[in-house]
Amino acid sequence: MSDTTEPAPIQPPPAATPPRGRGRLARREARLAWRLLLPTLFAVSLAVVVPLLAIFWISVKPVELADLRPPAPVVRESLRGSGEEMRIQYRLRNSSRDREIRGVVLTDTLPGVLRLRGEPEAPCTVEGREITCDFGDIEGGFRASVEVPVAGDEDEEVLEAAAEGSAPVVTGQASHVLTDGTFTLANFARIFDGEAFWRVLGVTLFYTFFGTAGALLVGLFAALLLDRSFRGQGILRGLYLFPYVAPVIAVAFTWVTLFDPFSGSANALLLRMGVTGEAINFFGERPLALIMVTLFEVWRYFPLSFLFILARMQSIDTDMYEAADMDGASPFQKFRYLSLPQLTGILSVLFLLRFIWTFNKFDDIFLLTGGNAGTRVLTVNVYEQAFALSNIGAGAAVAVVIFLCLVLFSAFFFRVMSREEGL
Amino acid sequence: MRVLWFGFVAGPLLGALWAVVAVVTVAVAVAFATGEAVRPGIGMAVLAGALAGLAAVVRGARWLTMLVALAITASLAVAGAGVLRFGPEVAPRLEAVSVLLAAAAIAGPVARVLEGVGFRAITRHAFEAAVIRFLTGFGYVFFTAIVVIPFYVMIMTSLKSQQALLQNPLDFTLELGRGADLFRSYRELLTDYDFGRYLWTSFVVSVLTVLVTLAFSIPGAYAVARLRFRGRALFSRSILLIYMVPMIVLALPIYIGFSMAGLRNTVFGIVLIYPVTTIPVALYMLQGYFRGLPAEVEEAGLMDGLGRLAVIWKITLPLSLPALASVSLYVFMIAWNEFLLAFMLLDDPSKFTLTRGIASLNSSEIPRQHLMAGAVIATVPIMALFLGLERFMTRGLAAGAVKG
Repeated sequence: MSDTTEPAPIQPPPAATPPRGRGRLARREARLAWRLLLPTLFAVSLAVVVPLLAIFWISVKPVELADLRPPAPVVRESLRGSGEEMRIQYRLRNSSRDREIRGVVLTDTLPGVLRLRGEPEAPCTVEGREITCDFGDIEGGFRASVEVPVAGDEDEEVLEAAAEGSAPVVTGQASHVLTDGTFTLANFARIFDGEAFWRVLGVTLFYTFFGTAGALLVGLFAALLLDRSFRGQGILRGLYLFPYVAPVIAVAFTWVTLFDPFSGSANALLLRMGVTGEAINFFGERPLALIMVTLFEVWRYFPLSFLFILARMQSIDTDMYEAADMDGASPFQKFRYLSLPQLTGILSVLFLLRFIWTFNKFDDIFLLTGGNAGTRVLTVNVYEQAFALSNIGAGAAVAVVIFLCLVLFSAFFFRVMSREEGL
Repeated sequence: MRVLWFGFVAGPLLGALWAVVAVVTVAVAVAFATGEAVRPGIGMAVLAGALAGLAAVVRGARWLTMLVALAITASLAVAGAGVLRFGPEVAPRLEAVSVLLAAAAIAGPVARVLEGVGFRAITRHAFEAAVIRFLTGFGYVFFTAIVVIPFYVMIMTSLKSQQALLQNPLDFTLELGRGADLFRSYRELLTDYDFGRYLWTSFVVSVLTVLVTLAFSIPGAYAVARLRFRGRALFSRSILLIYMVPMIVLALPIYIGFSMAGLRNTVFGIVLIYPVTTIPVALYMLQGYFRGLPAEVEEAGLMDGLGRLAVIWKITLPLSLPALASVSLYVFMIAWNEFLLAFMLLDDPSKFTLTRGIASLNSSEIPRQHLMAGAVIATVPIMALFLGLERFMTRGLAAGAVKG
């Protein structure tokens, strides 16, 4: 290598590096994806995210059911007296008993058949045919009546119709409790107050746990029954799904009718069979009502568990069972050592999901007992606080508690879910 | 446990257990069908069942078991201490028929359960197989009873008259003498209580909910399943999360918002809010299905010059018709059965959906059979749909829904 003229080194071709960043195609794909998702995102955020934020907001506001309508001035007009005594009377009041309305002004037109007879009562003034009464700020519970003396030549009834024919317009501004700056922790203080809350929580956990576990076990039993092919299997499978498919309101009222203490067939049957001496109030007695709503939950939702477990069972490889048969495993051993381990994945995922949804359940208990007789769960408590006790703020506070529990459960759920991936 | 592995122990034991199941079933069935005073004699049932079980393991011949069971139940009945006890005014013919029924219900299954079980020591296999046969039989009886009884009560109550119901709540025999008057509750509901209109409202609302849900969830599900974009994993996870938010938490703000916007008491408001509860479910179900479709078919379409949207319209959707059917059915069912929102948002009887209409029947002034007739009216269409399309429905339920 002693040549003076060294040949230019051959440039290696530029290394084939993968393109960095996202290419045009990828960007176009992402844009399309977002466009396709946009309507859903919009709808969901409007109807889920906004209400969720709202519920947090409401839970720290002192708002009652009656406050939903903003306070407004209400006016009533009437023509009183006759002849020399004749006057138009305006009676004004604040629709709210404790919230003030600012800048209340009443305006009305004096009809042509009437003329002013003297000075109007303060704070009213008359200019031409325009009556204006400036009340300024009125506090909650404000009531006043002002009179404008008038006279007219026509028949009294005509005058009255004319006076009341021109409706007075009244304006005023009131801050709405939902949007103003008053905040309070009283809602939370109220719902956590005393043992009532812990009792509700205890009932919720009992109902949720036993309802879920019961539905799962009964569903497992049903799935074992139907995990074989025989004539009528399809019919039975359809039949066993009935409780879940029927409208909850129909089946809940059927249970209420069936277990009615006076005209219920269940009581009649038990009395006939001599199991009980007197009618049992199934949905009205303290521990029994809770057991009954839990049984209802099991009855209504075992079909779902059975459907999922059955689907999983039918996907288990039959070779395994054949091998076990060769080894002389007994039927119970096959269930215990082969089927059950295969099913733990789906069982645990189902348990967690159903646990969350049972926790969220409102309709069933509300329709069966209305939350009475020791069956008030958190969700029913939301309704109870907000509508029965007319305290929207307290209802929202309970809803916030439910939501926080839910976040806790879901965090746990996603952890287990990514481990199992059974679903 | 080992003591059970003898035919002469297992036979009578399983026989007696089955006899109790059979006798209770027959007693309940007869009571519900006729309204007569029937009750099971548990002690006698145990005796009869044990003897039948013994007969089954001694000879293993089915006819012998039958004969023994029949003879025992009959003689017990003649002796006045039968497996079924009747009230004083029960017709003898009914007594005879029910006792025969009970005997058959004991004998047949006992012989079947104890097939292949000998008198002396038996293998663990034979024993467990017998137990499983027993549990299977029990399971069929149990599940059928718990599902059928409430629906039977629902239908039969709706056909009763108020005073017949109060007189004997157990008597569900049809009073055929009433003729067309049997359906009086239905007629009154449809004419006086406007249930025809509620049916129509519910139908319209459910169909619109299905259409709107599909319009939103098909593009969304396709994007999540097929297209690559940042935040895809997060997105598909948050679908599931939103799907878990309980309606009661959202119902309060929705109620307030609807009150302010004047959307309460309008069918439009209901159609606006129902799809929101179903879009996440539908999206979740559909994206699962879209993922399972072979991407190659779509890629072929892309190569041949179709745009993405054309691919979705011409290739993906036709391929997913079964899934679309399942999702539609499931969404229809949710909308049809929905109660909470309808209950909170509708006060005006002329705007009621069916479920809201039934809720308004639940008062002490309206007779029970009207309530049950309303329940039947709400249940029958969804059941008819379900039975007609059971295949799609079960798939739909299994695919997306652990929700209820």
